[in-house]
Amino acid sequence: MATTSPPGIGLLKGLGVTIKHLAGRPSTQMYPKERPDLPPRTRGVIALMDENCTVCMLCARECPDWCIYIDSHKESVPAAKEGGRARTRNVLDRFAIDFSLCMYCGICVEVCPFDALWWSPEFEYSEYVMDEMLHEMGRLREWMDTVPPPPGLDDGAVAPAEVAEAIEKAELEQAKAIETAEAADSDDAKPEAKDGGGKSAEAKPKKSDIRVEGGEVDQEVYDQLIAEGKSERMARAKAKAAWVRKEKQRLAEEQSSSDDQTSDTDAADDSEATSDDDASAADDGASADDTDEAADEAAEAKPKKSDIRVEGGEVDQEVYDQLIAEGKSERIARAKAKAAWVRKEKQRIIDEGGDA
Amino acid sequence: MTTFHATAFTNQATSILTQESWLVSLGLKVALVLGMFLVVPLVGGYLEHKTMARMQDRRGPVEAGPFGTLQLVADGIKFIQKEDIIPRAADRWIFSLAPGLALVPTLLIFAVVPLGPGVFALDLELGLFYALAIGSVSVLGILMGGWASANKFSLIGGLRAGGQLIAYELPLILAAITVAVQAGTLSLVGIVEAQATFMIPGTDINLWFGVPQFVGLAIFFIAAMAELSRPPFDMPIADSELVFGYMTEYSGMKFAMFLLTEYAGMIVMAALITVLYLGGWQPLPGVPLPGCEGTAGLFDCGLVGTLVGVGVMLGKIMAIVFVMVWLRVAYPRLREDQLQRMSWLVLVPLALVNLAVVTVAKVVF
Repeated sequence: MATTSPPGIGLLKGLGVTIKHLAGRPSTQMYPKERPDLPPRTRGVIALMDENCTVCMLCARECPDWCIYIDSHKESVPAAKEGGRARTRNVLDRFAIDFSLCMYCGICVEVCPFDALWWSPEFEYSEYVMDEMLHEMGRLREWMDTVPPPPGLDDGAVAPAEVAEAIEKAELEQAKAIETAEAADSDDAKPEAKDGGGKSAEAKPKKSDIRVEGGEVDQEVYDQLIAEGKSERMARAKAKAAWVRKEKQRLAEEQSSSDDQTSDTDAADDSEATSDDDASAADDGASADDTDEAADEAAEAKPKKSDIRVEGGEVDQEVYDQLIAEGKSERIARAKAKAAWVRKEKQRIIDEGGDA
Repeated sequence: MTTFHATAFTNQATSILTQESWLVSLGLKVALVLGMFLVVPLVGGYLEHKTMARMQDRRGPVEAGPFGTLQLVADGIKFIQKEDIIPRAADRWIFSLAPGLALVPTLLIFAVVPLGPGVFALDLELGLFYALAIGSVSVLGILMGGWASANKFSLIGGLRAGGQLIAYELPLILAAITVAVQAGTLSLVGIVEAQATFMIPGTDINLWFGVPQFVGLAIFFIAAMAELSRPPFDMPIADSELVFGYMTEYSGMKFAMFLLTEYAGMIVMAALITVLYLGGWQPLPGVPLPGCEGTAGLFDCGLVGTLVGVGVMLGKIMAIVFVMVWLRVAYPRLREDQLQRMSWLVLVPLALVNLAVVTVAKVVF
C-alpha cells in the first residue's frame, strides 16, 4: 500500500474534466465538407511572383532538399542614355519546385531578397503520379493568386519604417506651415523695426542672408504658447523659430545702425517671399503664386504685404476641401487652408489699398 | 451431491419465451441470446465511440449511417472481407480456436442474464455461479491466443491477461457471494426479486443492494473492469508497450471475434452489476413496473410492463457502459505491479470484510 497513492481528489478532478469536455463543442473541422480555417501563415504551397525574380539563385542554393530548379539566360539591355553602356539582365526561363522533395521548411521564401517566393495556404494538390508534383513556373505563378494579404499589425506594434517616416514628414510639414503663417504674423507685428531694418537690398545684408545658429528657445514665446494650450513640441518649435527671428532682427539692427538708415523693405519683402515659397511648396501652390506676383508688382507702389496685419483664424474653405479631397489629413489641411486664407486676405487688402 | 446435480441447473422461474412446443421455445431463446449478443454490444460500442470522442473534443463516427450509428456494422463487414492471416510459426489449430474459446463463454452468459420480467432464456438456481464460472473460461482463450501466436508481445499480453484475470476473479467472486448471501439465492432472477422486496430493517423503504453494499458495488465494478481488460486496466493489450497484446497477430474475422468478446463482455458485466446491485429491471427502488404491482415486478407483467422493464434494464446497462468509458477516458493505465497490488492488498481484504459485515448483518436482522 505504501507505493499506491490513496485515491485522492485527483481522481475526481479527472472525472470532472472529462465530463466537462463531454458537454463542450468538438474541435473537429469537417474538412472535405467544410474548408478548414487555417492560420494566416500556413505553409501550404510555395507561390512564385516571377516578375520579382532576378535569378539570384539564393533559393535554389539554400534549399536543403535541392528541389528548386532554375534556368535562365542573360539579355543585354541597350543603354538608356546616349553614350551609355549596355547592361545585362537575367531572364528567368524555368522555375520549378518539386513538391515531392520539398520539406516545407520555407528557407527559400525566407531567403528571397526580392519577395518573389510566397507561402500560400493552399494544400490540395496531391497527385496520383509523383512526376506531377513538380510544379513549373506557370503553376507556381497561379498559386500567387491564393496568397493572402499579410496579416495586420498587432495593437501597439511599432509602425513600419516607411509609414513612420511618412507620418513624421507630414508632421514636420504641418509644423512648418503653421510656423510660416506665424512668422508672417510676427513680421507684421513690428513694421517699424523692419522699416528701420535696411537701406537697400544691395547695400545691406538681408534678413534672409543672416545666418543664425538655432538652438535656443524664446522662453517668452514658449510660455505663451504653452499657456495657449499648444503641445509642447509645437511650442518648442515655434519658440525656437521666434528666437531665430529675434536674433536675426538684432543682428540686422546692429549692422544697420552703422549706416544711416532709409527704410527699404527689401529685407522684409524677401523674408516674406521665402515664407510664401515655403507655404506654396507645402500646399502645392494653392493660389500662392498669384499672390507672390501681385506682391512683387506692388512692391514699389503699394503697401507691402508684410505690413498688413491680418487676424488669422478663418479657413479658406476651398483650399481645405481640395486638400481633403487630395487625401491630406484634416490637421494639415486646416493649417494650410488657414495660411491660404491669410495670404488671400492680405492680397485683398493690398489690392484695395492700391486702388485707393 | 447427486441431488445437487439434479436441481442446481434446472429452471426456477419460467421464461415468457417458454412455449408449448419446445422447438418454438428454443428458437425464441436462441434468438433472444443471439440478438442480445450481436446487437447490444454494437449499441454499447457506438456509445463508447461517441462518448469517448466527445470527451476528447472529437466527433467520433459521423459518416456510416445517421450520426455514424452503423460504424461498427461497417467495421464488421470490413473484418469479414479481410484476409485471415495465420503466422507461419503459429500453432495453427490453437491459434484458430482461441478467439472462439474466448467468445463462446460470453455468449453463454447471456443465456442466464434476465433482461426484464420473464425475459430471459434460462433461470438457473445457480445462475450467478454459472455466470462467473463460465466467464472465467474466457481467459483460457486469451492465454491460448497469446501462446499460439508465436510472438513475444502476444505471449506477454496473454500472460498478463492470465495473471490479471486470476487476480481479479477473487474480489469479483467475493463481492458476488456477498450479494448472494444477502439475497439468499444464487438465481439472478431471484436476486432481482430479493432486491424488490428488501426493506431497510424496521421500515417500509425499499432499497437496492447497491446502497447497503456500496463497497461491494465498487469492488465488483473495479474487478469487472479489470476482468474485461478495459482501461485503466488494459495491461494485457497495452498498445504503447505490447503492440496489441494477445491480439497482435490476429486479423480479419478472428480479430473481430476478440473485439466482440470485449464489447459483449462489457455488456455482460454491466448486466450483472445491474442485476446484483441496481435492482435489475425495476425503474426505481420501491416502484414496480406498470402491470407488475401484485408480484413486485416479477413475471407476467403484460406487454407494456415487460417492454418498460426491458427498456429500464438496457438503460441501466448503457449507463454503466457510459461510466466504464468515462473512467477509460479519465484515467491512465496502471502499472502491472500496481494492478496486482490493488487486487491482492486492497480489493480482496475489503471484499472479505464486506462479506463478513453483510453476513453478520444478515444474521442479526
